[in-house]
Amino acid sequence: MESLATAPERVENTDVPLLEMRNITKRFPGVVANDDVSFDLRRGEVHTLLGENGAGKSTLMKILFGLYQPDEGQILLRGNPVEITSPTNAIGMRIGMVHQHFMLVPTLSVAENVALGLKPGWRPSTNLGAVSSRIVEISERYGLAVDPSIEVWKLSVGERQRVEIIKALYRDAELLVLDEPTAVLTPQEVDDLFVILRQMTANGRGLVFISHKLHEVIELSDRITVLRNGRVTGHTVPADADRHQLAQMMVGREVVLAPDKASVEPGDVRLSLRDVKVIGDRGTMAVNGVDLDVRAGEIVGIAGVSGNGQRELAETIAGLRPARRGSVVEIDGVDVTAANSATTRAAGLAYVPEERMKDGAIGEFDVKENLLLINHDDSRFLRSGLFRSERMAEHCHRLVDAFSVKTPSLETPTKSLSGGNIQKLILARELDSSPTVLLAAQPTRGVDIGAAEYIHSQLLAQRADGVAILMISEDLDEILALADRIAVMYEGKVVSVLDRPSATREGLGLAMAGATVGEADSFVADSPIADSPVHDSDGPDSDGPESAVADSEVTDAS
Amino acid sequence: MRRVVGTRVLGGVVPLGAALVAFLFGAVMILALGANPLDGLVAMVDGAFGTPDRLATTMVRAAPLLLVGAGITVAFRSRVVNIGGEGQIVIGALLGTAIALTIPDTPKILLLPIVLLAGMVGGAFWGAIPGVLKAYAAVNEILSTIMLNLVAIQVMNVLLRGPMIDPAELEGSRIPQTQRLTDNAALPILVPGTRFHLGIVIAIAAALTVWVVLWRTPLGFRLRAVGYNPDAARASGISVERSIVTAMAISGSLSGLAGAVLVFGSESLRMVTDGSSVGFTGSAGFNGIVAALFGGLHPLWTIPSSFLFGSLLTGANNLQRALQIPAPLAIALNGIIVIFVVSSGRVRHLIEDRMLREKGGLPHSHETTDDVAVTGEV
Repeated sequence: MESLATAPERVENTDVPLLEMRNITKRFPGVVANDDVSFDLRRGEVHTLLGENGAGKSTLMKILFGLYQPDEGQILLRGNPVEITSPTNAIGMRIGMVHQHFMLVPTLSVAENVALGLKPGWRPSTNLGAVSSRIVEISERYGLAVDPSIEVWKLSVGERQRVEIIKALYRDAELLVLDEPTAVLTPQEVDDLFVILRQMTANGRGLVFISHKLHEVIELSDRITVLRNGRVTGHTVPADADRHQLAQMMVGREVVLAPDKASVEPGDVRLSLRDVKVIGDRGTMAVNGVDLDVRAGEIVGIAGVSGNGQRELAETIAGLRPARRGSVVEIDGVDVTAANSATTRAAGLAYVPEERMKDGAIGEFDVKENLLLINHDDSRFLRSGLFRSERMAEHCHRLVDAFSVKTPSLETPTKSLSGGNIQKLILARELDSSPTVLLAAQPTRGVDIGAAEYIHSQLLAQRADGVAILMISEDLDEILALADRIAVMYEGKVVSVLDRPSATREGLGLAMAGATVGEADSFVADSPIADSPVHDSDGPDSDGPESAVADSEVTDAS
Repeated sequence: MRRVVGTRVLGGVVPLGAALVAFLFGAVMILALGANPLDGLVAMVDGAFGTPDRLATTMVRAAPLLLVGAGITVAFRSRVVNIGGEGQIVIGALLGTAIALTIPDTPKILLLPIVLLAGMVGGAFWGAIPGVLKAYAAVNEILSTIMLNLVAIQVMNVLLRGPMIDPAELEGSRIPQTQRLTDNAALPILVPGTRFHLGIVIAIAAALTVWVVLWRTPLGFRLRAVGYNPDAARASGISVERSIVTAMAISGSLSGLAGAVLVFGSESLRMVTDGSSVGFTGSAGFNGIVAALFGGLHPLWTIPSSFLFGSLLTGANNLQRALQIPAPLAIALNGIIVIFVVSSGRVRHLIEDRMLREKGGLPHSHETTDDVAVTGEV
């Protein structure tokens, strides 16, 4: 390894922390992203950095990885003060980073991806054979089974993540930063990952774990440091903290993790899907025969690892992607299978898309314009064909207040708001259309806890008002907290539909990983009632009535 | 809101700086051609603004640029790159001219609006073709509009050499031009003794209308939404395809109107070409794009911008007369200004970021602040 030669001398004294970041301050125009933050990491431990979006976690890690320079403070690596000027520099110091969004070239093989960016040395080309054999060596040692010669696009998300870890290990990273590594994994894959990570710490490496899945944080961490508004607000260890305490430390106030669900009697079917088949972007059958009903006053959650057809299904329901012939999508009894977005909206659909800055809002438009995106041509806003600015402003002020969208003004460009506020803005716009069906895809992804809490309460309020809600989410906690019925999608099919009371994290996890229905069901039978921590404050009797049982039959028995 | 005001001023200052640098380049070129740059400047200013008649000529040259430029703002704001101004001008002019030739005895009060409208219809049609191709067949509009320019010019050459040629020319030199058109279709002169005709007023009115449409109507809202983010526009129920076609049709109609203004505001009152690609249009279809870009793709800023480029064109003619400097220097200047204006966008972002840092504003700042200013001032 060439990188070893350039690494600073190694102090093997284990008393010296692997990393010490002392009193780091980093200012951006108008924001202090890190304010006197100190953080340290010892060999053989997992130190979790916990905080909401914008708390300063990524800034701190970008400083560590050489992407930013701190305005004040000092970094000590293995006891020696260092200046980390670039990622290359950081890698040379044996710092590795596994990004949330994988930095892999899909058309290249695993070995080629690992070799990418290595210094070629004196040879004109990299010896891929040598790279491959070392990959095999590493994967055997850590149980990271991956074939070096396979192209990355053929790998599952979990396998791609392993490649990222192998990349870091190949460069002999002693200090590894994992930025929300579990966001895209099934519960079982998370378990596998944790085994690998523990093996790495047993090996004397130090891991910085970034996550806001609190139960994972408690499970994996040795120590926890909480950041809020750029400052360290607390240190704790898993033994001393439960999820509520951690959430409170993150947010700085009491947090409701499991909202109260009023008992609502589901009404008529508002959204009906029959044998829906959809071709995806790659030309494959992304959605392959989905049958599902959503009734007034119920929340149906679609669980599943991303990439199993959820996005395509949502786009088809919203009128943005054509369904194959024979598919039927009905909103409130109106056939909208071949309709465009304007027609599905006219039929009563409100749509909160998965990617809010791509499909949900226009970053360059101001807050007012985004709030008016779907009803700018409403007659109440027009006088002889021209906009009535006062009425529009009035309308938008009302929405901003009602949904507590925090914005300096209605004329603020939307992209300068936080993710949570943009999501609230989209929700305000969509719910103001008084929908009969609400399609919400990843409604709280990347949103801070406060906003997520608020969005969840709004979804439940809509449920109480008799709106039929189809919620697609990769966050099992969210699904378990809100859904009345849970459908699991795997490879384009709904492989399992469960009533909330009979659903468990493990059972859902197995179904998400493609286990056949029998296995999943038997697992459910083993552990009858939810054991998810989310459910702590939420008795099973608060869920929907028993009439849902008939629908819990598996729709895709074949 | 000082920040917004600051960046708004910046929006004007940087392009002017770019123009200044471009003029410095022009001075060097004049020097290289063996003349005194100061004399050159005096000659250009004198040529563009020296007498009321020259001023009027400048405005006459600016009117088609402004019409095309106003249309370009519509297209570019909808993220449709319309390079087809030339072709749209030609087709609009041909349709207007054909109607003037067909019904010359119609009273002026009717015929003038009809031929102007015909220009718009012709241009809209020629613009809608690449719009439809882009919207429904994913054909790159830059390529299709440029190709359609070539097609339009050949159509013009065929018609002006054949069916529409001045009968007198059949016996004579066969210059590709129509006969003198009926006075009933001529744009009235508004300032006697100059060339200041109604077309200039129409062009300014068109720019104002575009401004109102873009920021005050549902149509403009949809076009801008599609321009910024077609995915979000589609998801909110806006038809992206229809918007693209509409944007191209509006853009084309304004170029077509420019074509009609060129014919019916001309001194000879005929449609005439020399067979070359710019023989009839004088490159107004391209210079209009330059004017719109220099005006920051804002219809109101495009008004002074068009007059600047109009004065450049008339000034360069005088340069040729007074100092024997070739008039194509103006074309070179145009090109240099484009390069500087386009690259000044980067400079502007750098300055804006610096300003924000000093004032401690938001970390995000891009062109949108400009739009805020624009919508905010209405």
